[in-house]
Amino acid sequence: MFDAALQNLTSVPVLAFALGLLATSLKSDLRLPEPIYQAITIYLLLGIGIKGGVALSKTDLEQVLNPLIGTLLLSATVPLLAFYALPLFGKYTKDDRGALAAHYGSTSLVTFTAALVFLEGQRIEFEGYLVSLLAVMEIPGILIGLWLAKRASSSDISLGESMREVLTGKSLLLLAGGLVIGFLTGETGYTRIEPFFGGLFTGILALFLLELGIVAGRRLSDLKVGGVGLALFAICFPVFAGSLGVLTGQLTGLSVGGAMVLGVLSASASYIAAPAAVRLALPEASPGRYLTASLGFTFPFNLVLGIPLMLSLSTWLEGVGL
Amino acid sequence: MLVTRKLLTIVVEASLEQRIAKDLFANGAKGLTVTSAHGQGPKNQRAGDLEGGNVKIESVVSEASLPVILETLEKKYFEHYACTLWVADVQVLRGERY
Repeated sequence: MFDAALQNLTSVPVLAFALGLLATSLKSDLRLPEPIYQAITIYLLLGIGIKGGVALSKTDLEQVLNPLIGTLLLSATVPLLAFYALPLFGKYTKDDRGALAAHYGSTSLVTFTAALVFLEGQRIEFEGYLVSLLAVMEIPGILIGLWLAKRASSSDISLGESMREVLTGKSLLLLAGGLVIGFLTGETGYTRIEPFFGGLFTGILALFLLELGIVAGRRLSDLKVGGVGLALFAICFPVFAGSLGVLTGQLTGLSVGGAMVLGVLSASASYIAAPAAVRLALPEASPGRYLTASLGFTFPFNLVLGIPLMLSLSTWLEGVGL
Repeated sequence: MLVTRKLLTIVVEASLEQRIAKDLFANGAKGLTVTSAHGQGPKNQRAGDLEGGNVKIESVVSEASLPVILETLEKKYFEHYACTLWVADVQVLRGERY
């Protein structure tokens, strides 16, 4: 595990993230222009979707069923756990708990991608259709988090409107659309776009992580908003939810790599789809809290330690015969 | 030839753009212009960091529709969102368009 962690730490995307953090602490003027950030988000979502679709077209659908059911159960369980675990880590309003539950119930595309890049680097096999699990896990967590907060709240913006906004948001549209495109086009069609969506992928991911490092660095200065309790939650909860994910993966027949990725998905917190939805649906929840937790703590933690940790857990579970 | 109308300028976190546009049109605005914007304010806490920052929404409206627009915006957004607005008199051609 130590070697794996070290190799992960010295991969270009992770180092680019560190450079972004450094840039913020030096108060540098470095920023990725907004339209480029948006374009890269679209590139990553669509590219991941297409690759998953291609893998899905080569997979026996029966094989996907169990992991898919397991993922659905996870995506309902994780936000509930987050919502009810939060009071252990300090005082939070119902809206803040719902907002955090939505973030931790949903997933982080970049953490997922970093996990795949890591596995490729370790030459560990994994199921190509894992992306479909990402697509499945992206949305329910957000809706459950919002619902948990709304149950007792008097806010007059309906859950229906939020649901429509989440379902038509670009994250799900591009992931699901990419899955369909990849499924239809298959290996032959993919060969033609491989240089763009495959060859360039890690490099563009590095660029994206540079920007995320900058944003995360600025979030860290909000540390006092959340306090120690929030930081603890943002580290402990992913380990717990991630372990649950690895266990589910192993129980539903995923490979070592596959179960590890499901763990990373459960451990990761959203910072693209969830913040947008939460900001509109739960205006009283503090962005300083949920963004700081998901982007300032959980994301770097997963990137550096969570990923190798999930792998060693998955390897261990495989070893004891699960 | 020139007539006086009210120019309403709203600076708000970008995620609210579509909701505010809907409110403006529902209350008598006939058009609007949106530009992305950045700056500093007293509250300085927003979710828009990753999703487009702020937008500046400008709309020329008639004197009659202004109060209800202001009331709607104030009620729905001013308490919890990073949001500011100001109103100015402007001279326009073709007054019937606003």
